[in-house]
Amino acid sequence: MDTLVDILLLAFIAICAIAILRLRDLFAVTMMFGLFSFIAAGLFATMHALDVAFTEAAVGAGIATILILVTLGQTARREKSQAGRNVLLPLLVVWVTGAVLIYGTADLPVFGDPQAPAHLHVAPYYIENTREHIGIPNMVAAVLASYRAYDTLGEVVVVFAAVLGVIALLGLRRRPAGVEARPRDLEEHQVLKVVAKMIVPVILLFALYVQFHGEYSPGGGFQAGVIFAAAIILYALVFGLDTARQVIPPRILGWLPAVGVLIFGCTGVLTQLLGGNYLDYYVLAENPQTAQQLGILMIEIGVGVTVASVMLLIYFIFAERALGTRTDDGEAGR
Amino acid sequence: MALALDLLSWALILVGGAFGVIGGIGLLRLPDFFTRIHAGSVTDSMCAPCIIAGLMLQSGLTLVTVKLAFLILFLLLTSPTATHALAKAALHGGLVPGKEHSPAEEHRG
Repeated sequence: MDTLVDILLLAFIAICAIAILRLRDLFAVTMMFGLFSFIAAGLFATMHALDVAFTEAAVGAGIATILILVTLGQTARREKSQAGRNVLLPLLVVWVTGAVLIYGTADLPVFGDPQAPAHLHVAPYYIENTREHIGIPNMVAAVLASYRAYDTLGEVVVVFAAVLGVIALLGLRRRPAGVEARPRDLEEHQVLKVVAKMIVPVILLFALYVQFHGEYSPGGGFQAGVIFAAAIILYALVFGLDTARQVIPPRILGWLPAVGVLIFGCTGVLTQLLGGNYLDYYVLAENPQTAQQLGILMIEIGVGVTVASVMLLIYFIFAERALGTRTDDGEAGR
Repeated sequence: MALALDLLSWALILVGGAFGVIGGIGLLRLPDFFTRIHAGSVTDSMCAPCIIAGLMLQSGLTLVTVKLAFLILFLLLTSPTATHALAKAALHGGLVPGKEHSPAEEHRG
């Protein structure tokens, strides 16, 4: 039965990929990418990798789709026609790469093989010791935030670097003078407003639940940050960018990505000052399990703050530009 | 009692599945955009809640049931809204109900 579900989901993914190749309408392609991510999340869920599935659904199907749509709003809606271009060389490259990849899979261990190197190296140690060392049920959170906290620090810095790149390229500038964020047609949409008013607080609450319950159930700072950002983006879409800016002033938002990384990094410095190694939580409290949980809680807050504020900043910057270039027929300026 | 609950739950799951298939057929076969999103919303607002209600009966009085109840509530709020937003956006974009193509699309070819 499991095999059947796997085959079905993989077939859907293949169909999605082919559809993405054949479509020329980029909005449709974006929706197909969201679908692709969502099916992949389903696939991860069937493998019981719930944290990964959660992340894939929230990031891949959720926020990435929104950001690409906002980007498309400022560029072109349709892919340029590439008729007349030589297809032989790309085809050759793709075939050779594909053949090499398929040849490479011959050396991989069989799916689910207990003798696979991934299951023999450090995984047994984590599985056997998480309960004793850290005392939380969600082993993924333990590995992510305690055993492998360095890697997670690296990931958070990557997210931070992403927003630095966006700011460096597009700038934090306000919209040009004279361009009013005039009430868009969405202002008349009573149904959307009422439902958004009901939904947004619940989403924010859910984000907090995912953040602080991440040690006990799938979730954690990354997912919570994305969900939090999604709620604010929904608010901005329905009530307008300026209203959302009043809720989260850009002056404060600009600091938050750095604050998140600092919370993470300073936790490490704190443990050093208390006499331990960098990000070695045992010095934080008497009881080793309490110490570990305290450390995990602190760095997860750092992760959540960085991820949420980075997603919001990128969205705000993109949307601000879209306002600046919007013309009357709704087509984006080129 | 247990048997009755089990039967009811399976009936709900099957009805939900049937609605899913009907929605899928409608999505493929109906003539224009507005009738098609109607078919899509059938999937959202009948298929999923029926299946979830069936699953609630399967899981009994547990935390899972409470979570599933929240899911139904969330779906019943959001999916009609999404359909409404789609239809409104299409109308705003110049799509006329009953016509296959919008004037803008015909103009573009």
